[in-house]
Amino acid sequence: MNKKSKPSAYTLPASQLQKIIDLLHEQGYTVIGPQRQDNAIIYDEITSTDALPAGWTDVQEGGTYQLQRRDDDAWFGYAVGPHSWKQFLFPAKKKLFTIERETFRAQAEPADKTRYAFLGVRSCELHAIAIQDKVFRDGPYADPAYSRLRNNAFFIAVNCTEPAATCFCSSMNTGPGAESGYDLLLTELIDSGQHEFLISSASAKGRALLGKMELPEATPAARERGQELLARAADKMHRRMDAEKARKLLLANPEHPHWQELGARCLSCANCTMVCPTCFCSTVEDVTSLTGDTAERWRRWDSCFTMGHSYIHGGHIRSSGAARYRQWLTHKLATWVDQFGVSGCVGCGRCITWCPVAIDVTEEITKFEPVTQETAA
Amino acid sequence: MAALTDPMLPRPFRIEKVTHETADTFTFELSQQQADGDGRFDFACGQFNMLYTFGTGEIPVSISGDPAKPQRLVHTIRAVGSVTRAMKKLKKGDTLGVRGPFGSAWPVQQAEGNDVIIIAGGIGLAPLRPAICSILQNREKYGHVALLYGARTPQDILFEKELREWRGRFDMQVMITVDHAVGTWKGNIGVVPDLIKRVKIDPDNTIAMVCGPEIMMRFCVIELHNRGMEHDTIFVSMERNMKCGIGLCGHCQYGPEFICKDGPVFPFSKIRTLFDIYEL
Repeated sequence: MNKKSKPSAYTLPASQLQKIIDLLHEQGYTVIGPQRQDNAIIYDEITSTDALPAGWTDVQEGGTYQLQRRDDDAWFGYAVGPHSWKQFLFPAKKKLFTIERETFRAQAEPADKTRYAFLGVRSCELHAIAIQDKVFRDGPYADPAYSRLRNNAFFIAVNCTEPAATCFCSSMNTGPGAESGYDLLLTELIDSGQHEFLISSASAKGRALLGKMELPEATPAARERGQELLARAADKMHRRMDAEKARKLLLANPEHPHWQELGARCLSCANCTMVCPTCFCSTVEDVTSLTGDTAERWRRWDSCFTMGHSYIHGGHIRSSGAARYRQWLTHKLATWVDQFGVSGCVGCGRCITWCPVAIDVTEEITKFEPVTQETAA
Repeated sequence: MAALTDPMLPRPFRIEKVTHETADTFTFELSQQQADGDGRFDFACGQFNMLYTFGTGEIPVSISGDPAKPQRLVHTIRAVGSVTRAMKKLKKGDTLGVRGPFGSAWPVQQAEGNDVIIIAGGIGLAPLRPAICSILQNREKYGHVALLYGARTPQDILFEKELREWRGRFDMQVMITVDHAVGTWKGNIGVVPDLIKRVKIDPDNTIAMVCGPEIMMRFCVIELHNRGMEHDTIFVSMERNMKCGIGLCGHCQYGPEFICKDGPVFPFSKIRTLFDIYEL
């Protein structure tokens, strides 16, 4: 790459972000971005930067999530909320087909041609999307709806400079800085009253859009500041996960006594699987019209924490909470690698924050370590 | 066009014939309604389809037909849940939705040149029937062929007419046992693994294909292993909840395996470490 002819980063004054949103609208994109709703930062359609959660941050711990005012007016000064981009690419509820009793012809839903532009995608979330690509798009059978939405989407990533206490992406090598999978990448710089972004592109789509902006090249000082913020963010993360070790521990311990303890604490509420940006289980529901002439088949998000998930005639395979917790954690951190070549965890910490009983996967995994004399003493 | 490539859309199949096998088990012979081409339904022995009944739901069911007769798609179904009970009410001329075929197959080619021991429990005979048909059509390619079949009672024995034919052959050993019986039953009473003791096994030149309840498969594998067979020569067919059949819904996971796309037929060596884990 020739860095001299093409600057690697530009400076985008905060006031100019609106122009990017406008350009995306002109190109037919539906822009989804962060906003404050119901005391959480969630993802929904936005048309203006006024909707961004300016000056808010999220304080997270096991089982708690609270929004607090920041000292500054940063637009992306939070980590991640209960939403992930999964809900747009893999909707929680989707009609698969409508069928007529008479003709028995199954009519698929018209393809969702929405072109999403996702604003504020974190590195962990880009990794989560890459993981779901392996599940839904790149396997022997593809989900055509997912593939279309995902391939049409425009990704504006934001480097994460304000990780939550529940984050552990740095140890999972999935953040805090975004390295690939985006069209545009922002780093928010907010110093002594100046509010601007470093902006760079990593795709033709991204470069084309940047080309319309006529932005000044970022100064070395600004670039350095961006790097500094990322390094500081990585340092702030105290939770850790050793992915390779976790995998080995789980594969070696399907019958460890700690599963019983986890099973006793876990409420099987499925929150962790709903907020997880990579969990992909779904079930189907059949609905018949009142006249009985037509029926519909719907796909809905499902969770391995429900009893029905493992039901076959005669009973539920995973009838105990311990077995369901083992399925979730072992799949996420261990067998996922066998299936898709990557861990199913991106270290976003959502499952810790949104667990009503504050089960912390980074802590629980250590309970499977063999008891050495040192630790026993 | 998307409708054609959507793997979740069922294709309509007409029920051409219903055979009541036992009090709760029936066989459908189906023909393709929107036949593109010659209406053949080609599949590998041991594969399954997702069968959809209007408005009720969709379930995985193994194909029980003869692969040499692909004009008719054959499924043998036991009425045990809401979908299969709805299917039991269907008659000739009614329509079913079909997606498939999916999954892995019995090693009928790999078994050529070897002895074959086929072990079935209950409805587990249905997924093995295509393999039996295929082996008998190419009988000269195999050594000793044995079928061991266990049913709950004499009244629960599937494919009785065919079993009589198979037992009449001089080139096939057929043994049947039931868990319990009253009245005129003069045959074996006991569990299927006990029959294995009575079969000649040349452990280095035998392929076993086993399908039935997990508990039955467990003891069959132990018995076959005791007789000197390696775990990679014993094949089993597994069952789990499935919503999609194509590895997307997550329901059929069994450790690292997706029963729908990595199975349902596995060499036992591949799942040996999973098989003994309770509630996996």
